[in-house]
Amino acid sequence: MLNLTPNLFDPDGFYNELIQAHEGLTKEQSDAFNARLLLTLANHIGDRTVLTAALEAAK
Amino acid sequence: MVATRYKTAFQLYPYAKVPAQDAAPVRHPVVIVGGGPIGLTLALDLGQKGTPALVLDDHDGAGLGSKAICFAKRTLDIANRLGASQPMVDKGVVWNVGKVFHDDHKIFDFNLQPETGHRNPAFINLQQPYFEKYLVDAINAAQTQSAPIEIRGRNFVTALENHSTYSTLTVETPDGPYQLEADYLIACDGARSPIRDMMGLSFDGRVFEDNFLIADVHMKADFPTERWFWFEPPFKDSGQSALLHKQPDDIWRIDFQLGWDIDREKELDPARIRARVDAMLSSQAGHVPEYELEWTSIYTFQCRRMQKFRHGNVIFAGDSAHQVSPFGARGANSGVQDADNLAWKLDLVIKGLADDSLLDTYATEREHGADENILNSSRATDFMTPKSEVSKTFRNAVLELANKHEFARPMVNSGRLSVPCNYVGFDLFGEDALGGPEITRPGMTCTDAPLGEGFLLDHLGGGFTLLAIGTDALDIAAHGIHAKAITIATPCDTIAARYLGDAAQAVYLIRPDQHVVARWAAFDEDAVKAALGTAIGKA
Repeated sequence: MLNLTPNLFDPDGFYNELIQAHEGLTKEQSDAFNARLLLTLANHIGDRTVLTAALEAAK
Repeated sequence: MVATRYKTAFQLYPYAKVPAQDAAPVRHPVVIVGGGPIGLTLALDLGQKGTPALVLDDHDGAGLGSKAICFAKRTLDIANRLGASQPMVDKGVVWNVGKVFHDDHKIFDFNLQPETGHRNPAFINLQQPYFEKYLVDAINAAQTQSAPIEIRGRNFVTALENHSTYSTLTVETPDGPYQLEADYLIACDGARSPIRDMMGLSFDGRVFEDNFLIADVHMKADFPTERWFWFEPPFKDSGQSALLHKQPDDIWRIDFQLGWDIDREKELDPARIRARVDAMLSSQAGHVPEYELEWTSIYTFQCRRMQKFRHGNVIFAGDSAHQVSPFGARGANSGVQDADNLAWKLDLVIKGLADDSLLDTYATEREHGADENILNSSRATDFMTPKSEVSKTFRNAVLELANKHEFARPMVNSGRLSVPCNYVGFDLFGEDALGGPEITRPGMTCTDAPLGEGFLLDHLGGGFTLLAIGTDALDIAAHGIHAKAITIATPCDTIAARYLGDAAQAVYLIRPDQHVVARWAAFDEDAVKAALGTAIGKA
């Protein structure tokens, strides 16, 4: 089951870190970074059903 | 000459010549420069404790304009301790609900204080001049009870000479200049602090490249008493974000985020402001209601602070020491906490009951408070004004997801509203020998709860208090300090939940600004005495 309720500790801190990670990157580099990040997180989640539900939720 | 820098909303302390102007310089234990919310709170607190406070202000009342309109529960609790909160709450507009919009649809709403059992609401909206007026009313009332407070209007400090243990000030008045001396000089003279400039001290931080237009609008409208915030509002020429918020006297505060490259003068043209306000109001009401522009202003902001709030016998409090963006209501609310923190320490040092080094802890505790405010306020501003393309992509992704999914809502940041600062782990705090609820562990502010016909905080007062719940404690005298014992024999469920947790009973030592020093499962005289020493820096 994909969790769509708040589950993130320190959301402001995470958001800030995420934006900081893009500091100084070109648009192309940022897109590539986002792709790598997404694939890393997908591997961590592992569950195919959850990933399919996430693809749907983000549409 | 004392120049008039701004118009006043109320004359509160008209200039009156005092004999000291024709005499040799008189020495005062505490001189406060600036009669804004912070200087007045500090003077009232000191005076009620019996320590003389002289306030110098270059005007004779509260400046015109609503300015800091959101006063938080912690500020009201402090004002309640000082006997000044009732008119604020009576006059203020109480609000708990906020709504966040993106373009033409609502993303979500929030309720700030679903928890009951507090005397004061989470926030009131009140024009700053009223806040200052009620403080001056309380000062006048205290003066009739012989509190040694004096406010001198149209007294403008033009020169400052710091000696090692005191300062000499040259003060301009309508009758010409005079000099006076201060053992401690407290600069509550605002973000452009002349005292800070006279001392050549820096005020570093981040400038945010944005302009905000404030329009205070007088109208009879039946919009609900809520905070409405728009990201990318749908109404014409409204900029990146907009805010609608109610104040007393049928005044509504409207903020528009205009961006960086603007023609300031052109944007302040009333016709142009009216066009913006018309577009916003008609989008909500379906037509343009009748209204008048009450006050308008354009502001930019910085997030910055002084490296040190204390420089020898000169101490900085409020905006002179730290400045944040307005999102989160962390300006005046943090300044009032500065005054609350400083008053009792200054009082003990001047009475010779604590070493001068106790004042260093004002700086460390409040510098920490300022850092927290700057962090929150910078993050809110970065969210509201994305600084890069990718940052805007993420911001809008959060807004779009928040519209559909609850999980993204905590990431939406239109300002993290001011909550009480805590000093957990700082030097002046003692042991947590109870292991009770987190919200009342040493370093935290005492949280309110119903007690008898009133509320717990009403009973704590402005001295050291020993609060015994479900058990007994005795008054304690140590290090020249008297801690008064209060017993709640049978606590209500709310007090039990907030102060006992799983414990059957507890004893709390609480300092004058109502922060918890230490807590135990039972009364132990030696432990309390030791904690009292810790609390005043004598451990």
